[in-house]
Amino acid sequence: MIRFINASKRYSSGFDALQNVSFELADGEMAFLTGHSGAGKSSLLKLIALLERSSRGQVIVNNQNLAKVPRRRIPYFRRNIGIIFQDHQLLFDRTVYDNVALPLIIAGHSHRDIGKRVRAALDKVGLLSKEKKYPITLSGGEQQRVGIARAIVNKPPLILADEPTGNLDPELSAEIMGLFQDFSEVGVSVLIATHDIALISQLPYRVLTLKSGQLINDTGSQAGTEAEDSFGGAR
Amino acid sequence: MSRASRKKEQNSRPNIITLVRSYFIRHFQVFFYSLGQLSRSPFSTLMTAMVIGIALALPTGLHVLLNNAQQLSGGWESTAQISVFLKKSVRAEQAQKLQSDIQNWPDVVSVDYISREQALKEFQMLSGFGDALKALNSNPLPSVLVIKPRLNQNSELTTQNLLNKLRILRQTDKAQLDMQWIRRLYAIMDIVERGVLILGALLGLAVLLVVGNTIRLAIQNRKKEIVVMKLIGGTDAFIRRPFLYTGFWYGLFGGVIAWLLVSFTLLSISEPIEKLTMLYQSQFELNTLSILTTFFLFIASILLGLAGSWLAVGRHLREIEPQ
Repeated sequence: MIRFINASKRYSSGFDALQNVSFELADGEMAFLTGHSGAGKSSLLKLIALLERSSRGQVIVNNQNLAKVPRRRIPYFRRNIGIIFQDHQLLFDRTVYDNVALPLIIAGHSHRDIGKRVRAALDKVGLLSKEKKYPITLSGGEQQRVGIARAIVNKPPLILADEPTGNLDPELSAEIMGLFQDFSEVGVSVLIATHDIALISQLPYRVLTLKSGQLINDTGSQAGTEAEDSFGGAR
Repeated sequence: MSRASRKKEQNSRPNIITLVRSYFIRHFQVFFYSLGQLSRSPFSTLMTAMVIGIALALPTGLHVLLNNAQQLSGGWESTAQISVFLKKSVRAEQAQKLQSDIQNWPDVVSVDYISREQALKEFQMLSGFGDALKALNSNPLPSVLVIKPRLNQNSELTTQNLLNKLRILRQTDKAQLDMQWIRRLYAIMDIVERGVLILGALLGLAVLLVVGNTIRLAIQNRKKEIVVMKLIGGTDAFIRRPFLYTGFWYGLFGGVIAWLLVSFTLLSISEPIEKLTMLYQSQFELNTLSILTTFFLFIASILLGLAGSWLAVGRHLREIEPQ
C-alpha cells in the first residue's frame, strides 16, 4: 500500500525533515509512526497524502509513484486516502451529517447512496443519533469520531491519522484505537502518527520510530505479518 | 493493490451515469446554495450589488439617451433643404416667376416661396419679438425660396451642384444648405458615442474589480472550508463553483439594479421631455430600454460578475493549500 524508497524531504528553508526513509506498509496492515515532535512524523504523512512532494527518493502509494501524479490529479488521488487530524478539521457551519457527506458529494455519489453510506459511517463510530447536530455542540471525542466517520465514508483502502488521540483522555483514546483496529481487520491499511507511547505499547502493532528525520527503529516484521495474516485469513 | 482492496475501491466509486447526474444536481444545488449564502448577509450583498448597478446604469443610461438623440436627428436628414435669400430688389412677381422656373429643374422636388410679409408674420409669431418689430419702419426680412433637393444615391454631390447653380442666379443674395448643422451634430454625437463606449469600458472594469474584491474577501472568509475540501479530494472546479455562482448572482443583481435605475430615470424625465417636444410642436416618443438593450445589459453584468469572480478565484485559490 505504501512504499518509501530512500525518500528525503528538504524544505526550501534548508531544513531536512526526512532523510533516506525506506519502509513498506502492506495492504491491510496497521502501524504506528512515532517520535518526538519535529522528528518528521507530519512530514512523512504529508508526503503520503501529497500535501508535500519528496525532494529525493520515491514514495509509492496504492501502486502509484507520487512523483508522477500531476497537480490536477491530486484531488482524485486523495479520495483514496482517509485523513484524520488532531484538530478534526470539521466545518462548524454544517451538521454532522453534512460534514460526513462531504467526501461523497465531492466524489459525485447519488443522493440515496450518500444517505446510506453516511449513516453506515456514523453508525460505525456510534454517532448515528447525532447526525443533525452541529459539531460545536459535541465533545472532543465525539468530534474526533465525526472526523473518523468522514475519513472512512468513502471506504478508502488507506487511512492516515495525525495524532488522532492528541487531545483525548486515555479511555477515549483506547476507544478511537479500537475503531482503527476494526478498519484494519476489514482490510484497510492504517498508519497512525502519535507520540502516545503508553497507548501503543499495549497494542500488538508495528511501530516505526523517527528521530530527526531518520527512521531509527522498525519493530515491523512480526506484528506486521501477524496483522497481514489475520487479514489474509479474513479474505 | 490486493484484489480485495481493488474491489472495495470500485464499489466505492459511483458509475458514470450517477456521476453525470450528480454533476448537474450539484450545479443546481450550488446555484441556490450560493444565493442562500448571499441572503444571509442581505445588507452587504445589496451594497455590492448597488455599486455594480450604479456603475452599469451610467453607460446604459447614456447609451439610451444617445440612441434617442440619434433617432430624433435621423428624421432630419430627409428634411435637408436649401434656403435661397433673394435680393431685396426682387419683386414678388419676379420671385414667383423664379419659383416656377426652378420647380422645373430636374434635381428639385419642390419650391416654396415665402414672401417678405409672410416671413415677417412668421417671425413675429414664433420669435416673441412681435411688439418690438412693430417699432421698425420697414420690413428687414428678405423673401425666401425654400427648395427641397431630390435625394438619391449621390445626393451630396447633386445637392452641392444645385447649391452652386442657385448661388450664381442674379436674383440670389445668399443660398445656404440647411444641413451643415446636422452634419456637425452627427460629428458631435460620434464623439459622444465614443465617450460612452470608453466610459462603459472603464466602468465595466470597475465592476470586474468590485466583484473580484468581494469574492476575494469571501475566499478569505472560507479559507478553512477550502482547506478541508482540498484535503478530502475536492477538485479545483468543485471548490471554485460556489464562488463563480456568487459572482453570477452579484452580476445579475447589479444588472437588475442598473435596469431599475435607468428605467426610473427615463420615466422621471419622460414628462419634461414631452413638454419640451410639445413646445417644439413635434412628435417625439422617448425610447425606454428596449428588450435587446435589457438583454445585453443582463448578459454583460452576468459575464462581468463571472469574470470578476473567476479572476479572484484563479488568483487566490492556489494560494490556499493545506499545511
